Amino acid sequence: MTSPAEPTPHRPQSRGSERAALVDAEAIGDLEQIGGGHSLWSDAFRRLKKNRAALVSAAILGAMLLGCIVVPELSQWDYAKADLELGPTPPSAGHWMGTDYLGRDLMVRVFFGGRISFAVGMIATLVSFVIGVTWGGIAGYFGKRIDGLMMRLVDVMYTFPFLIMVILLQVFFANKDGALHELFKSSIRPFVQDASAPSWFPIFQICFIFAALGSISWLTMARIVRGQVIALREQPFVEAARSIGVGHWAIVFRHLLPNSLGPIIVYTTLTIPAIMLTEAFLSFLGLGTQEPLASWGLLTAGGAETMAIYPWLLIFPALMLAITLFCFNFLGDGLRDALDPRMRKD
Amino acid sequence: MTVFIVKRLLGIAVTLMLIITVVFFLVRVAPGGPFDQDRQVPAEVIAALDAKYHLDDSLPQQYLDFMGDLVLRGDLGPCFKYPGRTVNELIAQSLPVSMQLGVLAMLLALAIGIPLGIIGATRQNSWVDTLAMSVSMVGLSIPRFVLAPLLVLVFGIGLYWLPVARWETWRHMVLPIFCAALPTAAYVARLTRGGMLEVIHSDFIRTARAKGLSESRVILRHALRGGLLPVVSFLGPGFSGLLVGSLVIERIFNIPGMGRYFVEAAQNRDYNIVMGITLVYGTLLMVLNAVVDLAYAWLDPRVKLEEP
Repeated sequence: MTSPAEPTPHRPQSRGSERAALVDAEAIGDLEQIGGGHSLWSDAFRRLKKNRAALVSAAILGAMLLGCIVVPELSQWDYAKADLELGPTPPSAGHWMGTDYLGRDLMVRVFFGGRISFAVGMIATLVSFVIGVTWGGIAGYFGKRIDGLMMRLVDVMYTFPFLIMVILLQVFFANKDGALHELFKSSIRPFVQDASAPSWFPIFQICFIFAALGSISWLTMARIVRGQVIALREQPFVEAARSIGVGHWAIVFRHLLPNSLGPIIVYTTLTIPAIMLTEAFLSFLGLGTQEPLASWGLLTAGGAETMAIYPWLLIFPALMLAITLFCFNFLGDGLRDALDPRMRKD
Repeated sequence: MTVFIVKRLLGIAVTLMLIITVVFFLVRVAPGGPFDQDRQVPAEVIAALDAKYHLDDSLPQQYLDFMGDLVLRGDLGPCFKYPGRTVNELIAQSLPVSMQLGVLAMLLALAIGIPLGIIGATRQNSWVDTLAMSVSMVGLSIPRFVLAPLLVLVFGIGLYWLPVARWETWRHMVLPIFCAALPTAAYVARLTRGGMLEVIHSDFIRTARAKGLSESRVILRHALRGGLLPVVSFLGPGFSGLLVGSLVIERIFNIPGMGRYFVEAAQNRDYNIVMGITLVYGTLLMVLNAVVDLAYAWLDPRVKLEEP
């Protein structure tokens, strides 16, 4: 989809950035100031505004995120509180999405599950973003043997069956009485009297697992960033910065990386749904989020088992998951068209 | 060329050693063991079982024994949960099933995805293109474990056309293969479209058109070779995605493949099965990636092999 090896300088006309580099190295970090009227960013924004599908996707995602934050707080129901008398009921005035087999309100569970789905997607993406951008930036800038060594490691890691390893880690360490739990308890024991894990521990645990997942999903990001940096590092504005004595690290982090943000943003937007899908997949196998917590994957998996009898238990969470993934993918595509002029449709 | 292959094989061997070592110690250091069960078993019984399978030896000793058996005789050891069966037998039985599912699904995904992508690229921005890409976006956004129950509900239970479980005749294979293939097909379609678009706008295609070749000949003979490069490099990760996806498909359709055993064995702490299946997956993926790199160099003369 993206071809990092091709040189694709998406920079504003170099006039602006050269001047900025000469005048004030500080200003480079602030992208708004580069380039003036027709910068990459104003162009990109203009193109994005024309792309209805991407805008609608962004709006839906915003609404979805807001709903996940607000709904569980405002609702009169609790995500974990069972009402066995009630049992599973179809959608009604009291429970808009119905209730599950324990009589829990599905709408609260769906939006609460959304919190976890979004959270793991973002945590893992953030981790992979930081590692990938740093790794690719350094490899691309310093080149030669450092580049060769760093990217060879990436090549080797590419062939590694990571998801299998994640499943193993999850099964062996993050179960109810797994090693992570033990480690956590022993590390808080000196400080608190009650050494049982606090109520938020399961959430911490699932986030921990996905931070770990993020720490191994940065390979493609590193390749993309490296390609960008290689294309940029010989440009005059970098030379200008070097000539006034800007150090290596400042050149990488202030000048090269901000100018490669286009493809980085696009890839980040596409990583979030990929991770959310992985969470759903692990939860389906019983290796991700655990009851009584909820995530879209867990709810969908539960709903799929009983869909012939209680179809609403599948429909609502599956719909939320699919809509979110759909919107992220559409937004990512729109951003690519807007930020990557070489790939754009018009 | 030969240097490349030898280097890659060495690399694979080293990585496999690494995987074996990591998995070996990881699963044994983790809490729990293969003979913990829900009902209480007397400690002596567990001790006896541990002794029988040499699980009471020191870890380095176990590691050496295991490596010795594996390297000298290709023996992965006994299954703990299925007494009397070896891991080799289990894999010999379940690998062909998983391979059948994976290969057929990949072929179907290519058969659906490539034509869709070509149509999208040749009629860029027409309604056909928009439709094809929207369908592929939907395909990407629906997880396999949602798709599978829905199809089962419609074609298996509603219309009663196809069986919904097991793996015997071709009729059993239709639904699982289709479910496994669809998300991959969606991705292939997008890759093909992107690759083709890039090639179609290049100079040699303009030359081909200028010398009066028919449009279909330009696309199929000239553009396709370069346009499919992204798809070729996707085959490695694509297969690994299919293998992982088959964990879900095999569970839903009750197919006796490796994926089902893997999750079960990991939960049961059946160390040898976990190790065996991880090794098979790892080897498959790495060999496949090497083959894909070779194919890539063969298709794209600009790529040099000496550098991997």
